[in-house]
Amino acid sequence: MLSVLAAGSVSKVSTVTHDANWFLEHAWIIPLLPAISFVVILFFGKRMPKKGAEIGITAVAISFLLALATGWSWIDHRDHVEFDAGGDESEVVDDHGDYLAPDELGNDEHAVVVDDGHSNVNDSVRLAVAAAEAGGEAEGSHPYVAVQTSTQWLQSGGVEFSAGILVDGLSVMMLLVVTLISLLVHVYSTDYVGGDRRYTHFFAFLSLFTASMLFFVLSDNILQMIVGWELVGVCSFALIGHWWEEKPNSDAALKAFLTNRVGDVGLLVGMITLFFAAGGGTTFDTITINEQIVQGQVGHTALVVAAAALTAAVMSKSGQFILHTWLPDAMAGPTPVSALIHAATMVVAGIFMVARLYPVFFEGMSIGGSSINLLSTVGAVTLVGAGLLAFVQDDIKKVLAYSTVSQLGYMAMALGVGAWTAAVFHLFTHAFFKANLFLGSGSVAHAVHSFDMKKDMGGMKKYMPRTFWTFVIGSVALAGLPPLAGFWSKDEILVGTGGWGLFGGTGGNGAYTFHLVMGMIGAALTAAYMTRCIYLTFFGRWRGGHAHDEHAHDDHAHDDHAHHGEPHESGPRILIPLYVLSGFSLVIGLVNLPPGLFSGSSKDPAGWQERFLHYIEPAGSSYFPAVAHGTPSWSLALISTGIALLGIGLAFRYYFIRVDRLSRVTGQSLTSLPNGLTTTNRLARAGHTLLVNKYYLDHLYTGIIAGFTKGPLARAAYWVNQNVLDRTVNLAGETAVRTGKVVYTKIDQGVVDGFVNRAGRASDATGQELRKINSGRVQNYATLLFAAAAILAGAFIILFAL
Amino acid sequence: MLLNQFLLLAAGLFCIGVYGVLVRRSAMLVLMSIELILNAVNINLVAFGALTDDVGGSVFALFTIAVAAAEVGIGLAIVLLMYRNRRSIDLAQVDLLKG
Repeated sequence: MLSVLAAGSVSKVSTVTHDANWFLEHAWIIPLLPAISFVVILFFGKRMPKKGAEIGITAVAISFLLALATGWSWIDHRDHVEFDAGGDESEVVDDHGDYLAPDELGNDEHAVVVDDGHSNVNDSVRLAVAAAEAGGEAEGSHPYVAVQTSTQWLQSGGVEFSAGILVDGLSVMMLLVVTLISLLVHVYSTDYVGGDRRYTHFFAFLSLFTASMLFFVLSDNILQMIVGWELVGVCSFALIGHWWEEKPNSDAALKAFLTNRVGDVGLLVGMITLFFAAGGGTTFDTITINEQIVQGQVGHTALVVAAAALTAAVMSKSGQFILHTWLPDAMAGPTPVSALIHAATMVVAGIFMVARLYPVFFEGMSIGGSSINLLSTVGAVTLVGAGLLAFVQDDIKKVLAYSTVSQLGYMAMALGVGAWTAAVFHLFTHAFFKANLFLGSGSVAHAVHSFDMKKDMGGMKKYMPRTFWTFVIGSVALAGLPPLAGFWSKDEILVGTGGWGLFGGTGGNGAYTFHLVMGMIGAALTAAYMTRCIYLTFFGRWRGGHAHDEHAHDDHAHDDHAHHGEPHESGPRILIPLYVLSGFSLVIGLVNLPPGLFSGSSKDPAGWQERFLHYIEPAGSSYFPAVAHGTPSWSLALISTGIALLGIGLAFRYYFIRVDRLSRVTGQSLTSLPNGLTTTNRLARAGHTLLVNKYYLDHLYTGIIAGFTKGPLARAAYWVNQNVLDRTVNLAGETAVRTGKVVYTKIDQGVVDGFVNRAGRASDATGQELRKINSGRVQNYATLLFAAAAILAGAFIILFAL
Repeated sequence: MLLNQFLLLAAGLFCIGVYGVLVRRSAMLVLMSIELILNAVNINLVAFGALTDDVGGSVFALFTIAVAAAEVGIGLAIVLLMYRNRRSIDLAQVDLLKG
């Protein structure tokens, strides 16, 4: 089945009204609460009984409940508008205008601006209404209606700066993900960073981060998006450098910040281009900009520039090749931060931005009908490149970090090939299982006080069975085996590449065969490195137990724990978030079952198929391009599962069978074969070296780029400085000194000072005389008063009598 | 109407009051002299009020009397405190503000 939502046949109505569910209109409260919590924790946190943690947890918990209510309202809103044209929604709408009448929807465009007395406060809810496509019998009168609540901030020179929220499926989904994971991470952190010297500070920044991310996803204009984007960057900086006393940590924070600056240039250029090209130089409104592009009002060149510049922003924020280098280093931060920021939420800001401004990319990169473009290729290269890097990491968090980079590559690739829903769905599922894995790795590290799998882990299954099982669930979900979460989203991406015509799949926006192959390779790599990670961490025998203070990043606060002795299972505040997340990892993929898998129509509201697509994707709305959806096929699902199993199988054979057997024979807990491929084969060894050196990208950045800047470039600049600039400056300085001397002796000393001195002397003499009058006797004063009054009276009489 | 007589009386009282304020050394007598000045003004007000057949003059006179009562209250308080501090109410000795 091929369902194409063609823009050409869609009639678009953008209109403004004031009616939406309370929760949808007041979603701005959700970011506000953590923002308030940040300030409160900062000022009063240390005096609270739990050092501020309770404030953050309460704020985020309330935000989460509000997000749930908002999600519920959104589902109601979506279905309500769609299936019940005679309900409250259209009643109110009818008071304002008749634009929702079904027979009018198929006609031409018209915009109704309703002035109902609230316009003086400029508080408006915009319903960007899009009629359903012509001929779509199932969606005949089911518009996708986004709710926008905005206030004008200021207006200057015809440019409108507004502040507001845009609530649609995408932002509601992000609200739920961010608040839920943030809540779990907050709970987890009370144990994990308990007793830390900057415990309160940590919670303050967790709150600020949550607020920033929520602010970002709710933005209704690109200016606000930039602000949110930078805010999450700042929070990331502060939290990566949480233990800044150690040089590598503060270096990592700086690296993250500076690498992101590179991409931010792209963000600014892209947004400015959009503002002038699509916003007409008057508005930053996201919906307006998107609508202009969807309607073909914007020149292609401007869109190409904007899309390319914004891709650079995505590369830095979402860790795409070649600007991904900051993300693995960002693991210097506390593990809850890695889970929250560098896996589940902040790094998806780039993906979210693309999803939000999708028309820019869809039109700018000509995604439809093409077979290669910048965004999809960056994603595909990242996906495989980072997957390979994950194999040579000894630090468990770095394995997960590269895995995150790789999965973000999946998302970027999916957006690049036009599989919007697949990308957003993968973002959604990935948030759960990657947070699960990160928190699980933190749980292990908490027990052994190290992140080094080869030196300090091994055999942890025996000591931490609960962490082990949650970690395995997360890994299987990540590896993409059915029916866990990762399978459904990954498979959708592969379907979306549209490069699957050979095997019975149809649809998609173009024939992205290269990307399909890369996606398949990535699936195998993901499955294999997670198998390696599980073996090294949980199987074999425990290799720790010796002094490992030099590795202990995370245990400043745990001096009371014995550094020796056997590791033990973590406490409930660490385990419960793990249970919740692994529960979600098990089942969350089922929210977007592909059509045709079970009986029933894909659009059936009572059915279970494509629920995610139905509620999240703004298909047919006025601000979303006409993307085509590929049709899933059994053969593709079987092959991708087979490839993942192959990856697991190869890694299993190497680690669980060969290494394990050798370990038993030698009586040691080995981490690799002594005579493996990398020691016997030259090519393999070269590849290994390349990976260990992370493709020499860090060398490129620090050695060559920074080195050139420091070396020849700096010397040249120094010469220019000394010989050109300084000479001019010296000349100017000497002239100024000479002039100054003349001015000083003649004008300053003679004229100005003379005048001032004389004025001073005159007032001194006057004062000496006048002080005699000031006798202190009240009667003398009275005499003067009466004398003056008498004189004035006399003058008055003479003046008026004559 | 015999306005002149009232004005002359008022002017005389006023001059006596001013003289008292300026030359008497006792704070009590100065206060009493101020009362004379105020009453001279009152006579003027009442006289002009009667001349123009306007009740406003009398109203203002009453107002002045009320304010004068308050003024005397404060004035006496000052004198009393002065006496407590210096055992004297001689105004010639009160010259702390001398510049």
